[in-house]
Amino acid sequence: MTATTQPTSLPAEWRDFFALTKPRVMTLVIFTAICGMLAAPGNLHPVLAFTAILAIAMGAGGSAALNHWWEAEIDAGMKRTANRPLPAGRMRREDARDFGVFLSGFSVALMGVAIGWLAAGLLLGAIVYYAVIYTMWLKPRTPQNIVIGGGSGAFPPLIGWVAVTGELSAMPILLFAIIFFWTPPHFWALALFVKTDYAKVGIPMLPVVSGERVTRQHILVYTLVLAPLAIAPWAIGGTSWIYGSVALALSVLFIALAVPVFKEARSGTDPLAPEKRLFRFSIFYLFILFGALVVDRMLAARGLIGEGVLA
Amino acid sequence: MSMTPEEEAEYKRRQKSRNLAIGGMLLFFVVLFYAITIVRIGAQG
Repeated sequence: MTATTQPTSLPAEWRDFFALTKPRVMTLVIFTAICGMLAAPGNLHPVLAFTAILAIAMGAGGSAALNHWWEAEIDAGMKRTANRPLPAGRMRREDARDFGVFLSGFSVALMGVAIGWLAAGLLLGAIVYYAVIYTMWLKPRTPQNIVIGGGSGAFPPLIGWVAVTGELSAMPILLFAIIFFWTPPHFWALALFVKTDYAKVGIPMLPVVSGERVTRQHILVYTLVLAPLAIAPWAIGGTSWIYGSVALALSVLFIALAVPVFKEARSGTDPLAPEKRLFRFSIFYLFILFGALVVDRMLAARGLIGEGVLA
Repeated sequence: MSMTPEEEAEYKRRQKSRNLAIGGMLLFFVVLFYAITIVRIGAQG
């Protein structure tokens, strides 16, 4: 009998409910959502800006709880996740499900009432995308699951932007596309040097299903596709040269670090040094790229720099 | 289902901490909804 089927007679601690929301993932969600809001043209009252961030965070937490509920058995079979509240038997499965449904529903209603229904609709879309399309449907079925999963991480800056402007335009969609194409090389670089036990529980991860060679090819291809997307906000005149030059430099570096991973270049004592370097850089890349976008847009909003491609 | 005194004490402790957490959240959202209402009415007026 597995721990998940064991009935828990004691009421679960609130800390376990908090753990269901994946607080560490949420910090990245909040960071990119705030970047989207700060980069968007227009102003949102601080109370409403706080509410929008809260709604996005609660939506992320709700869909994370639904993910825990759905994957309780899978989590029980992996060392990294075996101590989560459900596989460890500290909480009843239905409680996690109800908590997730309630958080998700409440976050969408809060966004709709306080901010607007386009942002609320996108938030609902993000929750359904992560909890249903990714977790329940595609993650256990395709080795491209990381590509699909990256989509859920790509929603927060898009929703943050739309919360401010109330409409969809090219810029927030580009922010979505940047994170979407950034996630696979970021995650697969990690997968090349950290051996996980996904195979044991039947989740088809690309390095296990198709081998390292194919994974390295995929990393390079996604990095090459990412470059024009990262530069596009500047190319279409959505930012000034400040973001443009940072995006260009970061893209060149990303490709320069992905090539040795593709070629399996070995030097020095650590045979997996290129993979580790690429993974560390990918995190730096995202923070600096979004930071540059925010700085660029805030300078422009204060009239300190001009608009347009060459401004 | 009967519980030992230790289990009952633990049950009560968890129930109390959970009630406090829910109460705190409710209070927080009452204040937040009040603030949202004031801001949105102010924007229209």
